[in-house]
Amino acid sequence: MTPPATTTAATPPAAPAAEARTQSGDGIRTVRHKWTEHGLLFTAPFLLIYALFLIWPLLYGVKLSLGDDNIAGTEAQFIGLDNYAEALTDPNVWSSLWNTVWFTVLSTVPLVLTGLVMALLAHHLRVAEWLWRLSWFAPFLLPSGVVGMLWMWMIYPSGFGLADQMLAAVGLEPGIGWLTDERYAMLSVVLTTVWWTVGFNFLLYLAGLQAIPQHLYEAAEIDGAGPWHRLWHITLPMLRRTTGVVVVLQLLASLKIFDQIYIMTGGGPDDSTRPILQYVYQSGFTGYRIGYASAVSYIFFALIVVVSLVQLRLSRRASEEKAQ
Amino acid sequence: MSATATAPPAATPDGAAEAAAKPGSGRRPRWTGGRIAMLVAALVLVVAWLLPLAWAVATSLKPESETTKTPLEWIGSTITFDAYSSVWESGDLTRWMFNTFFVAGMTTLLTVAFSAMAAYGFARTEFRGRKVLYGLVLAGIMVPPQVLIAPLFAEMVQLRLVDTYWGVILPQVAVPAMVFILVKFFDGVPRELEEAAFCDGAGRWRVFLQIVLPLSRPVLAAVAIFTFISTWNNFLWPFLVTTDPANMTLPVGLVNVQSTYGVRYAQVMASLVIAGLPLLVVFALFQRQIVRGVAHTGLAGQ
Repeated sequence: MTPPATTTAATPPAAPAAEARTQSGDGIRTVRHKWTEHGLLFTAPFLLIYALFLIWPLLYGVKLSLGDDNIAGTEAQFIGLDNYAEALTDPNVWSSLWNTVWFTVLSTVPLVLTGLVMALLAHHLRVAEWLWRLSWFAPFLLPSGVVGMLWMWMIYPSGFGLADQMLAAVGLEPGIGWLTDERYAMLSVVLTTVWWTVGFNFLLYLAGLQAIPQHLYEAAEIDGAGPWHRLWHITLPMLRRTTGVVVVLQLLASLKIFDQIYIMTGGGPDDSTRPILQYVYQSGFTGYRIGYASAVSYIFFALIVVVSLVQLRLSRRASEEKAQ
Repeated sequence: MSATATAPPAATPDGAAEAAAKPGSGRRPRWTGGRIAMLVAALVLVVAWLLPLAWAVATSLKPESETTKTPLEWIGSTITFDAYSSVWESGDLTRWMFNTFFVAGMTTLLTVAFSAMAAYGFARTEFRGRKVLYGLVLAGIMVPPQVLIAPLFAEMVQLRLVDTYWGVILPQVAVPAMVFILVKFFDGVPRELEEAAFCDGAGRWRVFLQIVLPLSRPVLAAVAIFTFISTWNNFLWPFLVTTDPANMTLPVGLVNVQSTYGVRYAQVMASLVIAGLPLLVVFALFQRQIVRGVAHTGLAGQ
């Protein structure tokens, strides 16, 4: 019932508690009474904020999406599902959804693999841990505005940005339109994102590695297993749960891409990198069609819910396997 | 249930993992060929990851006229802070810095206070509708705030909170994942402690404030760190809800004025360094706590 870790922590005060409980029926009643006191008061402040700024907008958005509301606040008409019908036939919705999914696919693979490699290196080297953490995780703490602008200036084909200087140094032709050429724009954003956020996956993998029991490796060493054998047959299988978590968190994070693209390419060239959130922003905030923007948001929401549900199923299956 | 239960009680599994890693690190492996290859690979990655930051800092310290020199010189003829002083004087940078501190600090304070109270209420009290309400909170974890931008903005217009601090702060306090993390933690705290205090005549609130909260310091720190970092760096919502430069946060303000610097490289880089530095300094000071906080909160948030 009580895990060893908690009993040690609770030993001194637990003794009088047990005593108190055996004292009298009266004592039990007051204790039970205390457990039920003030419940709503404790939860009320959070629930109020939660209702006002999450539940209410969620419902209000449904209403908005069924009308032709605009941000200027003129009288809105109920138009049923027209916004949804329009969104589903709007090529901009489909192209920006596709850009979002494409970014997610392109970014998730290197973000997960690089994070894993970094964690393996740091874990096995056992030296200078602070250096790995500092250099690989620090970019994660920068605001997207800083990251986006830094990379934009770095790769801008001006001749004196870092990318051009490096190309020139190795004798290649500088002046590639990393952000203005359709072939490279999305890749540049992906590269920026990997640099920016891989540190988070690195940390999760590092925690996963540290949780693998040491005796597994000792046993394998006695059996004469080499380092590659240990990696494939102990480390990677033991990291399966961590990998599942990392992949899902990464998918959900990548689907919500907005900042870097808005800052670096503005969705261009020719809308070829515009993600769905930017289209929501454009229809609702610069196009003033808040009802239509809400409808597009819910289509996007549906995509995220599908990913979350798949994840829930997978993790449930994984924990059932574990239980067996 | 048990699948997610491992993450939140921050103190125990992490401490165990570290303790397990310690005896291994006692006998540090020898420098074999494979280990040297790994070191080289790691150092290459370190250089690649530090290069952009080094370039930004180096450029910001050059005289403006030397930033466009080719081939690249990492250090100019003199090291000057001119770019910093002109950025500091010209822009709204100090104002945005203050705004960001206020917004991130207030959001963190309210999130920790309200989430801890709510989590305690859900974990330790009985009241009519508790299960339903907690279910509603859990369901909210599935709703990404980005989905709500359009209706939330319309609501802010009606509440007259556009272009105010509270308009930026309040929506960022409603994070159900934080309540979930804390409920999981409280579930793992033995009830005997509190029962003993009740028997000694302590009231609900005293038990919460003087016994439960001090016990929860590590997990509260994790929630606070995670909230502060994500609010400090948040772009989308502050970008949408502020239009007056006086009310912008640092990340939003920077992007908003990026064109006004023109091609003055040193000034652009100086402004980026100023904007990025506060959290990096905090990180250098509290590496361990931040790493632990981010890893645990991130894991449990899913």
